[in-house]
Amino acid sequence: MEFFKIRKDIPFMRHALVFNVISLITFIAAVFFLATRGLHFSVEFTGGTLIEVSYAQAADTQKIRDALARAGYTDTQVANFGSSRDVLIRMPLKPGQDSAALGAAVMDALDRDAPGAQLKRVEFVGPQVGKELAENGAIALLLVVFGIIVYLALRFEWRFAVSAIIANLHDVVIILGFFAFFQWEFSLPVLAAVLAVLGYSVNESVVVFDRVRENFRKMRKATVPQVIDNAITSTISRTIITHGSTQLAVLSMLVFGGEVLHYFAMALTIGILFGIYSSVLVASPLVMWLGVSREQFVKPQKPKEEAVV
Amino acid sequence: MNRYPLWKYLLIAFALALGLLYTLPNFFGEAPAVQVSSVKATVKVDARLLARVEEILKAESIVHQGLFADQNSVRARFGDTETQIKAKDAVERALNADPDNAAYVVALNLISRSPAWLTSLHALPMYLGLDLRGGVHFLLQVDMKGALTKRLDATAADLRSLMRDKGVRHGGIARERDQLAIRFRDAEMRNKARAAIESAQPDLLLTELQDGADLKLAATLKPEAQKRIQEFALKQNITTLHNRINELGVAEPVIQQQGADRIVVQLPGVQDTAKAKDILGRTATLEVRLVDDENSQNPTVMEEAAKGSPPAGTEYYVERSGGPLLVKKQVVLTGDRLTDAQPGFDNQTHEPAVHLTLDSAGARIFKDVTRENVGKRMAILLIEKGKGEVVTAPVIRTEIGGGRVQISGRMSTVEANDVALLLRAGSLAAPMEIVEERTIGPSLGAENIERGFNSTLYGFLAIAVFMAIYYLIFGLISVVALSTNLLLLIALLSMLQATLTLPGIAAIALTLGMAIDANVLINERIREELRNGVTPQAAIAAGYERAFGTILDSNVTSLIAGLALLVFGSGPVRGFAVVHCLGILTSMFSSVVVSRGIVNLVYGSRRKLAKLSIGNVAWK
Repeated sequence: MEFFKIRKDIPFMRHALVFNVISLITFIAAVFFLATRGLHFSVEFTGGTLIEVSYAQAADTQKIRDALARAGYTDTQVANFGSSRDVLIRMPLKPGQDSAALGAAVMDALDRDAPGAQLKRVEFVGPQVGKELAENGAIALLLVVFGIIVYLALRFEWRFAVSAIIANLHDVVIILGFFAFFQWEFSLPVLAAVLAVLGYSVNESVVVFDRVRENFRKMRKATVPQVIDNAITSTISRTIITHGSTQLAVLSMLVFGGEVLHYFAMALTIGILFGIYSSVLVASPLVMWLGVSREQFVKPQKPKEEAVV
Repeated sequence: MNRYPLWKYLLIAFALALGLLYTLPNFFGEAPAVQVSSVKATVKVDARLLARVEEILKAESIVHQGLFADQNSVRARFGDTETQIKAKDAVERALNADPDNAAYVVALNLISRSPAWLTSLHALPMYLGLDLRGGVHFLLQVDMKGALTKRLDATAADLRSLMRDKGVRHGGIARERDQLAIRFRDAEMRNKARAAIESAQPDLLLTELQDGADLKLAATLKPEAQKRIQEFALKQNITTLHNRINELGVAEPVIQQQGADRIVVQLPGVQDTAKAKDILGRTATLEVRLVDDENSQNPTVMEEAAKGSPPAGTEYYVERSGGPLLVKKQVVLTGDRLTDAQPGFDNQTHEPAVHLTLDSAGARIFKDVTRENVGKRMAILLIEKGKGEVVTAPVIRTEIGGGRVQISGRMSTVEANDVALLLRAGSLAAPMEIVEERTIGPSLGAENIERGFNSTLYGFLAIAVFMAIYYLIFGLISVVALSTNLLLLIALLSMLQATLTLPGIAAIALTLGMAIDANVLINERIREELRNGVTPQAAIAAGYERAFGTILDSNVTSLIAGLALLVFGSGPVRGFAVVHCLGILTSMFSSVVVSRGIVNLVYGSRRKLAKLSIGNVAWK
């Protein structure tokens, strides 16, 4: 079985500008949605209380809302979680509120007016912890970017490092853009997924760059665009199959993983799809425009020192 | 060219054997059990306890499937949860005859069904996180500033008596935020004070200030002293929490320091958060009061008091050793004045004793009280939730000055230890606040395990089917390598006893999806070499060799991301990162070394190899 029977190199570099313009537009759209809508942060980041209850039959969310309002909890969000029987109640952080009593108080209120609820999970996060998590997340992101740039600069060349990181950071922004546009919940597992995607899609660029370097040594006569075209064409089969395999695992998570893993898998899916595109079709032209050349990899033969008369 | 030296095969065989051994315990599942551990330092867990538990079960004719003892507990395994609960009640009734003064914690637990020889090799099943087994998680923030303020207030009292002892006249000592300010009229007094303080209080840093006409001496705690106080406060709080959680009867509580000023408490299997919080947040205080000896020796008064009507101004208590007594309501000293309590021995009689150290204000009060009450008894009470308990009530023999108090008499060494621990750990060194809390119900835990397991299983199957169809024999070899990866990863997680959470299981699934990348790279490379007309044997060698550089590069970049998550992540992110990083390491081994080993076994010895089963390569 063989999916890719490509006899001639595909002239990717001739359309480099088009790819980058598409990229730029998606990127700007993502930034726009991030700026106007913002991310819908989970309780872990904002602080607050989250209570998950489950009923034997389909839950009446309006009844639950009324029950909570009667007990004095007005600023709450009540929504189904995963199935019609499971309900997630979110409560904002209130100064001076005793977190210890909250879970029990809510259950009392539900027992009175919407009986039959079974407590599945309570999460309470104080304001300081949330702030720290956001800070640590940002530091982790910076560290990953820095680490990858240094490693690629050492293994290849700074031009490769810079293009790979630009291409892949733009993936990250696009994932965030999706989360902002659909107002999906941005939780800690999603953050983990975003960083994992960053590490993972740099792989793609690495595979192509590896081939570019090899081609510079082998294809002595070829121009830079030809070298890159050949590198992309000969790795494209592997790129798509690898991503397909990873996507199979992620898809399985999306289907069987339940509500908790849903957005985690979603972030990975977007990351993988855009990863193929950006790490190959965005990173490579960037390398070209940054002025990569054969001389950076192939040591020129030293002219013999001749005696001068 | 495609042959491995023997040692490489042996290495693979060794890794696989080790992997199998440590993965094995995960297949046996868990059995309901009852765990008995000791609450008190005085009560030891030993073979006698094991025999006693066995006797109790026999007497009630409850069938168990094995009794085990380790350093801290005795565990009995049962066939089903019904027997487990019956056994728990029976053991509880027999061991803790007096529920108010329980000597043992009898808790429900789950223990692995794996055979004893595996357990003795430290081959244990993976350690499941709270989101998989259900329970409560708390993150407590210790108020370090509170600990320092408390210390400064105590120091202020010390300085006042120091000034008086040395005859230094001062214009008042007051705490101003995080420093103590001492006022003086003239420089001479200030110099004298300075010399006295420097020799008596090495922890203080002194600076001279001028405030209008007043001369001032500002005292702050030295940074190293601050650090010491804070570390001590944290340790003491952890000890206190341990003692309190013992009351809850939790089988495997986790109480750990996190960062400089936080404590994580995890109570698997606990559902009643309200009770857990109540116990965690409890404040215990120590009080020293005088005993009303006259009335305590009067049987008629005592009889009345036992019924609930003690004489005015006194309270009825039963001492730990069992004797009833009447204690005056007036408090002589509180635990705030106690700086340390250590077990030891009396210098003259060599009897076991507890040495208390009081701060200087406490020492002065103690001196006055003991001078006036020689021959009488004094009670030391631990007050928890408004309920008091007389820890001990010794007789005052002489006036005691200097702030060093010794409690001795009718005490064994263990009892002395116990009392010292109680006095030290009875109260929290610094206030704490819950900053994060998570409760996961048992049904959600089971659901999470199922979800994680299914995600991994179906992801793996889908990849396996695809690889086998697309790359034929080489695809099958890749699948075997991928299974090895899974085996090694689970073995490693079991061996390290790293906490497995739902994001951790997600990381296993993701790792499998990403690990196949290495084999795809290799297989594609071999196909390409074949297309270029290289012989099959050379194609295998070239494929593996050329792909390796790429595999290394891509795994290193993934590892960088994984490590950053490990260092800066917390909670669910860390659970993900641990598995992700381990998975990258195992995948490097399995996809390169193991798959090459199999390829070499299958193809390496064939001289005349015309064709490889790696899918269609003939189109060029």
